[in-house]
Amino acid sequence: MTLVIATTVELALVTTVLLLLLATPLAWWLARSRSAWKEVAGALSALPLVLPPTVIGFYVLVALGPASPLMALLRPFGVTSLAFTFTGLVIGSIFYSLPFAVQPLRTAFEGVGVPPLDLAATMGRGSLDRFATVALPLARRGFVSAGILVFAHTVGEFGVVLMIGGAIPGRTEVLSTRIYSLVESLQFGAAHVIAGGLTAFAFVTLLGLLLVERRLGGVRP
Amino acid sequence: MIEASFHGQLSRDFALDVAFEVPATGVTALLGESGSGKTSVLRAIAGLDRRDGSLTVGDAVWQGAGVFVPPHRRRVGYVPQAGGLLPHLTVSENLDYAARRAGAGRFHRADIVARTGLAALLDRKPGTLSGGEAQRASVARALLGQPRLLLMDEPLSALDTAARGGMLDLLETLFADTQVPVFYVTHDAAEAARLAARTIRLDRGRIVTI
Repeated sequence: MTLVIATTVELALVTTVLLLLLATPLAWWLARSRSAWKEVAGALSALPLVLPPTVIGFYVLVALGPASPLMALLRPFGVTSLAFTFTGLVIGSIFYSLPFAVQPLRTAFEGVGVPPLDLAATMGRGSLDRFATVALPLARRGFVSAGILVFAHTVGEFGVVLMIGGAIPGRTEVLSTRIYSLVESLQFGAAHVIAGGLTAFAFVTLLGLLLVERRLGGVRP
Repeated sequence: MIEASFHGQLSRDFALDVAFEVPATGVTALLGESGSGKTSVLRAIAGLDRRDGSLTVGDAVWQGAGVFVPPHRRRVGYVPQAGGLLPHLTVSENLDYAARRAGAGRFHRADIVARTGLAALLDRKPGTLSGGEAQRASVARALLGQPRLLLMDEPLSALDTAARGGMLDLLETLFADTQVPVFYVTHDAAEAARLAARTIRLDRGRIVTI
C-alpha cells in the first residue's frame, strides 16, 4: 500500500510541477494575445474537460506505443515505448489535467490587466522583467488554484492512468486503480479505506483551496 | 525641442492626426474633451501604443524611419488618472521599483519623499491610501525613475475638491523646481492655464490650437 501511495503522490507532484511550467506560457498567450487563433488553442486546451478519459488515454497510449511515429523519433535514443511506464503516466496526466492549470492561470493573467504592465514598462522594465515582477505576483492566486486543482485532479484520475499505465503493481498502480482491483477481487473493506481516504483528501483540498483564495483575495488589482 | 507627429485610424470612427513642436522645457498641456485623443497622444509619446509617425526628444529619436524605441528604454515618468501604484507593493517598494532601473540621478529619494509628504505612508499598501495620497506616491515614483519626460494623464480627475487643491499646489511647485519637461493631459482649461506654459487643444483627434 505504501508503494501505491508513493506512486500516486509522486505522479501528482511531478504532473503539477511540469504542468504549471508548461501551462504558464500558454495561459499568458491566451490572456494577452489578439490572435484569431487563440480561441482555437483555448478550446483545444479545454478539450479534456469534456472528452471521456478513455479517449485521452487511448490516444496517448497509441502515441506512446512502439508503433507510433513519436517512438520512431525516440528509438535512436534507446526509447521504444513509454506505454505502461511512469513517464507515460506523467504524459497522460499532463494532457488530462491541462485545463485545470490553463483556466485558472488564464483568468488570473486576464485579471492583472494591461495598466500595471504598461506602467512597469515606463519604469524601465522589459517584457520578461514585467512578467516576473508584475504579472506573476499579481496572478499568484491563479497559481495556487492551478497547483491545488492539478494535484487533486491527478490523484483522483482513473481512466487515463488505467489505459496508459495498466495498473501494474509496483510500477504504475495508483490509489484509484487499486480501488478498482480490490472491488474486482471483492475486498470491499480495503476498498472502503482507500475510497474514504480519497474522499477526505478531496474535501480537505477543496476547503484549502477556498481558504487560500479568500486569504489571497486582497492582493488582486 | 520635442517634435512629434502621430496619425492613424484608431477605431472605426476615430482617427488621430497630430503634429506639433514644443520646447523641451516646462509644462505642455494637452487639453480637450473626452475622446479628443489626449491620452492617445500621451501613450504614443510613452511608446505604449505604436502609431504611425515620428517623435524626437532633444537629440534622441524615439520614433522615426525604421526606429521605434520601446517604452522601457525611453525613460518617461507616467502618472495615470488613478495613481496606478502596483497593488502588491508598499509605497516604499513602489518607489524602489521605479528607482532600481533608473539608478542615481538628479532626483533623490529622501528629498522627493519629503516634498510629496510620503514619509508616514511608506509602509502602506496602495489599497489603504486615499486618492490624494496614492496620486502623490505616483508622482514621486515617476520622478524617481529619473525621467527625461514626465507624462501625466488627468492626475487630478479622480480626486475630491480638497485633495485637488493640495495636489495642484504640489504640482505647481514641483514643475517649477524640477525642470523636467511635462506633458499634462486635462479637460479642465483652468487647470491647464494655471500649470502649463503652453496648451495644445485637441478635438476629435486633431489639434485645434497651440
